[in-house]
Amino acid sequence: MTRTNQELLAKFNMDEIMNCMHCGFCLPACPTYRETGLESQSPRGRIALMKGVANSQLTVDAEFEKNMYACLGCRACETACPAGVPYGSLVETAREVVEDHKKSETKPPFLRQLVFDRVFPYPERMKTLGTVLWATQSAGLQTLANKTGLINILPREMAEMQQAVDKIASPKERKKREPVMKADGETALRIGMFTGCIMDMMFFETNQATAQLLTKAGCDVVFVENQVCCGALHAHAGEKNGAVELAKRNIEAFERAGVDFVVNNAGGCGAALKEYHHWFHGDPEWQERAMAFVAKVRDANELLAELPPLTFTKPLEVRVTYQDSCHLAHGQGVRNQPRQLLKSIPGLELVEMSGADNCCGSAGIYNITNFDMSMQILDGKMEHVKKTKAHLIVTSNPGCLLQMKKGIIRAGLEGQMEAVHIMDLLARAL
Amino acid sequence: MLEKAIREELRAIVGEKYFLDTPNELYAYSYDATPIFQAMPDAVVIPGTVEEVSAVLKLANTHGIPIVPRGSGTNLAGGTIPVEGGIVLNMTRFNQIYEIDKQNLTATLGPGVVTADLHQAVEAEGLFYPPDPGSMRISTVGGNMAQCAGGMRGLKYGVTKDYILGLEYVLPSGEVLRCGGKNMKDVAGYDMTRLMVGSEGTLGVITEITVKLLPLPESKRTLVAYYTNLVDAAKTVETVIASKIIPATIEFLDQSTMKVVDDFAKLGLPLEMKSMLLIEQDGPEELVVRDIEKIAEIARQQGAAEVQLAKTPEEGAKLLAARRSALAALSRLRPTTILEDATVPRSRLADMVAEVERVAEKYQLQICTFGHAGDGNLHPTCMTDERDKEEIHRVEQAFEEIFHAAIRMGGTITGEHGVGMAKMNYLDLKVGEGGIQLMKRIKAAFDPNNIMNPGKMFANSGRRRVVVKR
Ligand SMILES: Cc1cc2nc3c(=O)[nH]c(=O)nc-3n(C[C@H](O)[C@H](O)[C@H](O)COP(=O)(O)OP(=O)(O)OC[C@H]3O[C@@H](n4cnc5c(N)ncnc54)[C@H](O)[C@@H]3O)c2cc1C
Ligand code: SF4
Ligand code: SF4
Repeated sequence: MTRTNQELLAKFNMDEIMNCMHCGFCLPACPTYRETGLESQSPRGRIALMKGVANSQLTVDAEFEKNMYACLGCRACETACPAGVPYGSLVETAREVVEDHKKSETKPPFLRQLVFDRVFPYPERMKTLGTVLWATQSAGLQTLANKTGLINILPREMAEMQQAVDKIASPKERKKREPVMKADGETALRIGMFTGCIMDMMFFETNQATAQLLTKAGCDVVFVENQVCCGALHAHAGEKNGAVELAKRNIEAFERAGVDFVVNNAGGCGAALKEYHHWFHGDPEWQERAMAFVAKVRDANELLAELPPLTFTKPLEVRVTYQDSCHLAHGQGVRNQPRQLLKSIPGLELVEMSGADNCCGSAGIYNITNFDMSMQILDGKMEHVKKTKAHLIVTSNPGCLLQMKKGIIRAGLEGQMEAVHIMDLLARAL
Repeated sequence: MLEKAIREELRAIVGEKYFLDTPNELYAYSYDATPIFQAMPDAVVIPGTVEEVSAVLKLANTHGIPIVPRGSGTNLAGGTIPVEGGIVLNMTRFNQIYEIDKQNLTATLGPGVVTADLHQAVEAEGLFYPPDPGSMRISTVGGNMAQCAGGMRGLKYGVTKDYILGLEYVLPSGEVLRCGGKNMKDVAGYDMTRLMVGSEGTLGVITEITVKLLPLPESKRTLVAYYTNLVDAAKTVETVIASKIIPATIEFLDQSTMKVVDDFAKLGLPLEMKSMLLIEQDGPEELVVRDIEKIAEIARQQGAAEVQLAKTPEEGAKLLAARRSALAALSRLRPTTILEDATVPRSRLADMVAEVERVAEKYQLQICTFGHAGDGNLHPTCMTDERDKEEIHRVEQAFEEIFHAAIRMGGTITGEHGVGMAKMNYLDLKVGEGGIQLMKRIKAAFDPNNIMNPGKMFANSGRRRVVVKR
């Protein structure tokens, strides 16, 4: 084995891997195992493969890479595991090992580099991307592209998923946003909004709705300047260094803003924000700053459930079902709060679907990178959704929201059913 | 490595998708839930029909290739480790329930059906399949059958063998046979069904199973009793049964297990206690209430420091779920968890627990004990680290003493997990040399070329515990 190989294998925490006693309790919880029935597509199997690599019984090759990326990262296995194996961080390390290995051998593919190094770290560029997307949509180019087959220029997976994208907010609308939204009545707390990169681009209004709900609950809401992408996508994709850089910038930005809580409305980002301190092992100064930051992070559902109850004036006579965000439920343990909030809307009927906390297949950019598996999982999910006869599918994460929109299209339920972010729904009833 | 021609043939039999032989896939089937053991297969084959199973076996038999049938790989005896390489025959695609016969109270299903899925399906019809191994949410009925798995309801309802009525199975020659059926009475010839139950994949491959069902008990109640010592707990078990009450479940947890389970399931157990019993009775409401009250009285008389009745079914279910997670929760303590399966007549329960404590002390090991007290089936579980060879050696010595103690007390080396690789060196302690010879002759009648799960059940070396790496 080469020296670089050894260096990168040293990243695995052998004790954590050894803690997996291969009991298999996680198997029935895992969507990819349920779809394939294959051990290599189960958490137990993936951990074994990592062990194989760490012991040099297996090599870091294309097959290993494929298996590590076939995981949704939904972390349902962590909830199921009685031995407390931190699967999420294990798989991130495995991907880091894969990426390091590839970098030591070849140059990273252009698209990957473009996304991770050139776009996500720069809020301005994200905004530009948003403007371009808006312009394309407004000019009807999307329809045109759809009709003329221009769409085929995009990879199939992206083309498929963009079907589900709603019209995004205009640059003018975005400009109108004030840096601080004042509390209704007396101020109880000063909240820093973590706007999220994709969230703020594609779901600008959901961020506005969240802020509005918080002001109603007595908070001053600050749209903290200089914040950047949370780094979750980088971390899940094995780009650890990129992730750490982003985390530092966020910690600094929110420290400067002097807020009581850091609030977000995207389960995936929230889970990453709450794990920042794990990203700084071996850097005590940053780890301490990260811990202080992490202590303030709350999901919007979590915080709203703690604050004095909101008064809803517009009853909503609808039947809804709630799709858990994996990173909110399995990653952050927030399950009851969104349900309680939903039930507090007058007139609303909440019907649980079976397997609500099973991943919908969205999982970050999984629905683009592993399109077929993602759709297989989604179709299974839609069967459960249908049985509830709900009018609305409510989610707590932008990725899941897009996926559920796609699911509605795939299931032929357009016009009968709508997918909506919980914050938008709550705001509708204010 | 299998020859190219054989690989091609296997591909042709099951289809490209269901023949796996890449390094990752092989590695993923090199282990099961048993700690320490590991060995690589040459191929993984996932058949979908009995014809495919038959064709694979015929091919393997002709070429002398080992066949290792596999369900979910949750066994704790090393039963699915391909020690001699060959083909892992993954049976998980046989996961259909073909029929629930409400007239005859039977269900017919593929061996790959997950045990809890069978429970759910029959309970939806008001019926009941009692065997409930702790692994039931993962393990398959085929695996349960091949290991003759027990569970928490063993005391009143028996174990897997008591519910298997009929089978379809494939011999290494490729011949497809049936035995038993829906008849509750059937004495036509040797009882091949019983022989296949517990055969641990060494005789043939099971492809269809007919199980017996019972009416679903109307209600159940759960009770917990805590003790400041071990003997009082054991005396409670004896006295309850002597007073002619057979509870569905009597589970035992010692103090160290209680601590870990509590930490995991956040139950608020009184951790100063030395042991606890979890007792459940099911049946008609009136009887259940009467029994549970009587049991509570006995527990108090026998010195229980505290007796609690679960107020709601949910509370009872939560306690039992905690017991089910005991093994996995224990594994949080150290990297390697070795769970054993010594069983003694009920009356020797306290002696056995005390013996385990003595042995743990002697070898300076951490051993927690829990198990199915109602049927004397204990799981002394050792938390260790497989990388520490010296400690593992002490673990081996300790368990050897524990097995000898069990045999001395009229017990056995395994109550429900089976022999596999983990216990094969102790089988003679239980069945004697004559017993082993007879079993080997039976095996030869089914499997003359010794392709079915070779290297299991019968010891081929003088070493007691074997650590296999390839
Ligand atoms: C956390 C945990 C708790 C457990 N609790 C219990 C318990 O309470 N009681 C208990 O008895 N066991 C228990 N076990 C052990 C294990 O779950 C059982 O042995 C179970 O029956 C194995 O089922 P499986 O589907 O995983 O079979 P596998 O482990 O895949 O296979 C078991 C054996 O069956 C053979 N086999 C499988 N399918 C077939 C087939 N179709 N034809 C022929 N042979 C076949 C295999 O070759 C092997 O020898 C527990 C295990 C764990 C990890
Ligand atoms: S990850 Fe946890 S649940 Fe899964 S096999 Fe390992 S110990 Fe068991
Ligand atoms: S994170 Fe989700 S997809 Fe990945 S192994 Fe765990 S349960 Fe399976």
